[in-house]
Amino acid sequence: MKTLLVAEFREGKLRVKYSQLIAFAQQQGSEASMFLVGSPGDLPQFNGPLYLADVAKYGEYNPSVHKQLLLDVIAKEQPDQIVFHHSSYGWDLAPRIAVALKAAQIAEVVAVEEGLPVVPVCNAKLRRKIKPTTAQTVLTLQAGAFGLEDDPVGTPTVVAIDADAAGKVQCTGYEAAKIEGVDLTKSEIIVSAGRGVGKPENVAMVQALAKALGGEYGASRPVVDAGWVEHNRQVGTTGSTVTPKLYVACGISGAIQHLAGMKKSEFIVAVNTDKDAPIGEVANVLVVADLKQFLPVLTEKLNAL
Amino acid sequence: MNILICIKQVPDMESKFKINGEGNWYDRADLAWRMNEYDEYAVEQAVRLKEQVKDADLTVLCIGPDQVTETMKKALAMGCDRGVHIADADSYKREPIEIASMIAGFAKDKNFDVIFTGMQSQDRGSAQVGVMVAELLGIAAVTTIVGFAYDNGTINVKRELEGGSKALVTTTTPVVLTCQLGLNTPRYPTLPNIMKAKKKELLTLAADAGSVGSRQETAAFYFPEKKGGGIVLEGDAAELADKLIHLLKEKTGVLA
Ligand SMILES: Cc1cc2nc3c(=O)[nH]c(=O)nc-3n(C[C@H](O)[C@H](O)[C@H](O)COP(=O)(O)OP(=O)(O)OC[C@H]3O[C@@H](n4cnc5c(N)ncnc54)[C@H](O)[C@@H]3O)c2cc1C
Ligand SMILES: Nc1ncnc2c1ncn2[C@@H]1O[C@H](COP(=O)(O)O)[C@@H](O)[C@H]1O
Repeated sequence: MKTLLVAEFREGKLRVKYSQLIAFAQQQGSEASMFLVGSPGDLPQFNGPLYLADVAKYGEYNPSVHKQLLLDVIAKEQPDQIVFHHSSYGWDLAPRIAVALKAAQIAEVVAVEEGLPVVPVCNAKLRRKIKPTTAQTVLTLQAGAFGLEDDPVGTPTVVAIDADAAGKVQCTGYEAAKIEGVDLTKSEIIVSAGRGVGKPENVAMVQALAKALGGEYGASRPVVDAGWVEHNRQVGTTGSTVTPKLYVACGISGAIQHLAGMKKSEFIVAVNTDKDAPIGEVANVLVVADLKQFLPVLTEKLNAL
Repeated sequence: MNILICIKQVPDMESKFKINGEGNWYDRADLAWRMNEYDEYAVEQAVRLKEQVKDADLTVLCIGPDQVTETMKKALAMGCDRGVHIADADSYKREPIEIASMIAGFAKDKNFDVIFTGMQSQDRGSAQVGVMVAELLGIAAVTTIVGFAYDNGTINVKRELEGGSKALVTTTTPVVLTCQLGLNTPRYPTLPNIMKAKKKELLTLAADAGSVGSRQETAAFYFPEKKGGGIVLEGDAAELADKLIHLLKEKTGVLA
């Protein structure tokens, strides 16, 4: 089996998570090559052929250009699988490749069981194992689902590539993440509010509990998007990644993008009315309760200690 | 402007799911249904674009069984002008490429300037349909947008990237845009608009799924094994609080 791994480069830097792609190929015992629109001065640690288009010439992500560069490599290399991260780069480019190749695309692979990829359904409450019926398959891997024990080592054999392509979509620059205000990554105790708080007034219950525990309050994305809590308190892939001693998730379902930001916390308590909420998978204690009733009682008892 | 918005009807994610008889999807009985969250942002952005340019026609399209027209009515009440329901009781089994082919088949001779979709559906979550529609139609696509501005044929959007940074992207029509959470705050349909929506055109077309065959099959559909090991506490609030405080004292140093 031959696997082509699609690595990423952004804002002048190679994205280090390419090791997850290598881990996937190794787990499959597959021969691997890599594709990158990047810089000859910032190469991945990888033993194998690296098809490299120089970012100085092709620029950072332009869908049509990257598609053409990648399709040329696929035509030459004839891989059985083309593997991306399930990321803003991967989920944008992968379907374009799948359509061009008329190949099955399987998104957000979390595991491979009996040789077949497995993906989450309904916020990870269910799983689906998929059998592709095309010769080639396009896969995107869920962040963190595959990993190497040690940092990757090796030196790639660089094969410089070129293509003639232009596209109507132009990236004109980047806007950095806002980072002023509280820095949750430094907090030892975090109590976060999820959509289960129901209305902005109830965020106060979460704040009160955080105070009673001597910690900070955070939030899941919908609570931030709604403007109930400021963005620098958002936990997850598009917010902060935190590792406190105690994380209390109040009315948070446990979507993968939230879990990615807090699952390495030392001790996790979840308060949720849904006993089957996926947050239960990472929680040391799941309190099945309505947070509106439970949080005030807990806060009062803590304050009385 | 001619604008298409693709929406999907999905179950409430807090539902208690069961596996269907065929063993290839969740059982559709006894679930509460709603508009895919990401698609609400798509509908809202389209309505705002119409408010800006005035001269625009908004078609909302949904593929699914008859019950999806309930969700389509919400999109009409939010401000879409007409609905197109592609009736397909088997839509739950279809892969993104099949859904995308049906959408592209409908859109191909209608000259839509902008096609809005959600970045992903909450149940299937493949994040494929929007981009595939664009590729099948041979037009541009920008995914995961959290900012949108239109000015005389030019579209400036912000694409969300990992870690909270954003790419500033410029493109022109025709284009497919896939909408991410937080793009805007979707409006609640008002009662007068709900009444008005009842009179709007809602056309049902028969599904023509012949064009693209399936490229994958469901080999198994199941609940993930509970790794758990976590303690589950249930009962009266005061009792729960005592138990939790006891556990925090026993297992963590935070109350010391
Ligand atoms: C590319 C991308 C990036 C993302 N980045 C992030 C990110 O950085 N951070 C993030 O959080 N999300 C992120 N998301 C969104 C994520 O997928 C989920 O939509 C989000 O985490 C859900 O937030 P929630 O758990 O608060 O809400 P929901 O999923 O709606 O869950 C609400 C929970 O509250 C419970 N509940 C309801 N009422 C009560 C009550 N009275 N008492 C107790 N419990 C109650 C419900 O049972 C449910 O489990 C991202 C998504 C995408 C696609
Ligand atoms: N059955 C459907 N009918 C109309 N649009 C759909 C359907 N399924 C998916 N879409 C659109 O495609 C987007 C991405 O879906 P998916 O690729 O399944 O994650 C959704 O947010 C919708 O905008």
